[in-house]
Amino acid sequence: MSSQPINRLPSPAKWTLPGWGLLQGMVVTAQNMVQSYYRKDRMTTVQYPEQRAPISPNFRNFPFLCYDGSDPVAGLRCTACSICEKECPPQCIYIVLDRDEAGKSLKRPKVFDIDLTVCMNCGICAEVCPFDSIYMDGQYELSTDDRFGGLLFGLDRLSQSADYHMQLRPEEATEVATRRKAEEDKKLAAQAAKAAKTKAEQEPKAKEAAESQPQGESA
Amino acid sequence: MTSAPSMFSSSPVLESGPDNDQLLRVSLGPQHPSTHGVFRMNVVLDGETVVSLKPVFGYLHRNHEKIAENVTYLSSMPYTDRLDYICPLSNNWAYAHAVEKLAGIEVPERAQYMRVILAELTRLINHTAFAGFILGDMGAWGSALMYAFREREKILDLFEDLTGARMMANFMRFGGCRNDLPAGWAARVGVLVEQYGPFLDEMEKFLVGNEILLSRTQDVGALPKDALINGGITGPMLRAAGVNYDIRKVEPYGIYDRFEFRIPLGEHGDCYDRIMIRFLEMRESLQILRQALAQLPDGPFIHPKAKIRNFKPPVGEAYGRIEGPKGELGFHLISDGSTNPYRYRVRPPSFINLTLIEDMCLGLDLADVVVILGSVDIVLGEVDR
Repeated sequence: MSSQPINRLPSPAKWTLPGWGLLQGMVVTAQNMVQSYYRKDRMTTVQYPEQRAPISPNFRNFPFLCYDGSDPVAGLRCTACSICEKECPPQCIYIVLDRDEAGKSLKRPKVFDIDLTVCMNCGICAEVCPFDSIYMDGQYELSTDDRFGGLLFGLDRLSQSADYHMQLRPEEATEVATRRKAEEDKKLAAQAAKAAKTKAEQEPKAKEAAESQPQGESA
Repeated sequence: MTSAPSMFSSSPVLESGPDNDQLLRVSLGPQHPSTHGVFRMNVVLDGETVVSLKPVFGYLHRNHEKIAENVTYLSSMPYTDRLDYICPLSNNWAYAHAVEKLAGIEVPERAQYMRVILAELTRLINHTAFAGFILGDMGAWGSALMYAFREREKILDLFEDLTGARMMANFMRFGGCRNDLPAGWAARVGVLVEQYGPFLDEMEKFLVGNEILLSRTQDVGALPKDALINGGITGPMLRAAGVNYDIRKVEPYGIYDRFEFRIPLGEHGDCYDRIMIRFLEMRESLQILRQALAQLPDGPFIHPKAKIRNFKPPVGEAYGRIEGPKGELGFHLISDGSTNPYRYRVRPPSFINLTLIEDMCLGLDLADVVVILGSVDIVLGEVDR
């Protein structure tokens, strides 16, 4: 069977010439040292502040919030549903829902804080978000001398435009954009259809009161 | 004896030991370059010979199991990355395996193959890093570790392109994986697999004939098979002693029964066999990788009905175990039907393999203790949890 044991390790104590094994090891070291000067695949160091290695499109760091259009407040996709707040493993997200004077939900966050000192870059918030609102950023130059306020990101620093997302992860962003476009179109079409339907229904309403069943369904 | 243990009670000076003025009590660690993290051994020496050795751990304890009981099932996944941070993807798989067992979730074909590929790459990372570390422990600081990490880096780059993170992958999901392989990724793994054999040859040439390595590791730290089995030792440490026990064969999980590979076995169970067994295992991993890459099917990477939000497994309990690079890695979960596990328990291989450290070290020199600890291959993130 395939689980046949190998049961034969390389024969250990072949003391041919004392120090022969050592010499062989040194040959390996010497080869490596020489190769590191001329082999392209060995010269991998990137001189960081001047040069930058390209980051992978899948690379994830800290989350950001996505908004449509040019207004970061009105276009924000987030509806403050708090799913990410609940699912976040280290509980680093803090959300307060915005309400009007009557206490009615405005479906947008009043406060949305992410404590980057606690965040562990797992990406679960981006995964669970049903509103395509939160995504993982690739920004890694975040060092600051303010360890509290400097790393507590509020709405102003978390909000990034959809164009930024498109630039960062073209594949994912295109997929999201087409899906959102389709949903929007569907919604508009449904609204138009509904408007047409109610209009069509209102006309013969006086005549046929018994056939108002579909209107009751759609209401 | 009756007084409450103070925080100094385990200090080597105040600790009660064999009553002999000639004995020297040394505290190796917790900050010691050879202890692979914040691990401490209170060693009592008679000259150079070890008379007693008491491991002290818990410096890296972060309440992993209790945290997992207070967050949702999915939220524990990134925490499992941090158990054995050298091989996060095996940990992901073990946890996903346990939850899938608990909730009875099917995993699609493609995801199964992806998991095997990732787990075997992780095994390569672990064993390569091990070879570098143990040579560092024996005094070959620098080159061996650098060669090992050079190769490890290539695999970590692949992981970054796939999962978004080099080490903290958080990639497996209940019923599959998080995302599909990027274009050309499998081909890059194929190239890496072909390059890995020559690297192993080089590393073996570098190490195996080395007389210093032979004299430092042969007949050091061997234990009889019975002691290892009774101690619950698993993984390469057990197989180095000649016990044919690999969960991939004994209780095949995933799709391991489809691959043709052998289980390398040692004879003596000393540190030398433990090193060599890992080299042989890496070659078998390459075999598995070749087969998996050739057979990799198309299809969904996650079960279409897998739930991401509001995942609630039925009431019950399950124990899922896999052959991690270090040994049997198991997760025991008890569900009460809510979104959080009622009980979450990790069976970490490093921790249990570490329990016999005193038996292996008694009667040997202090310098051997370092080699033996290195050959056990521990990661403190997993030992202390």
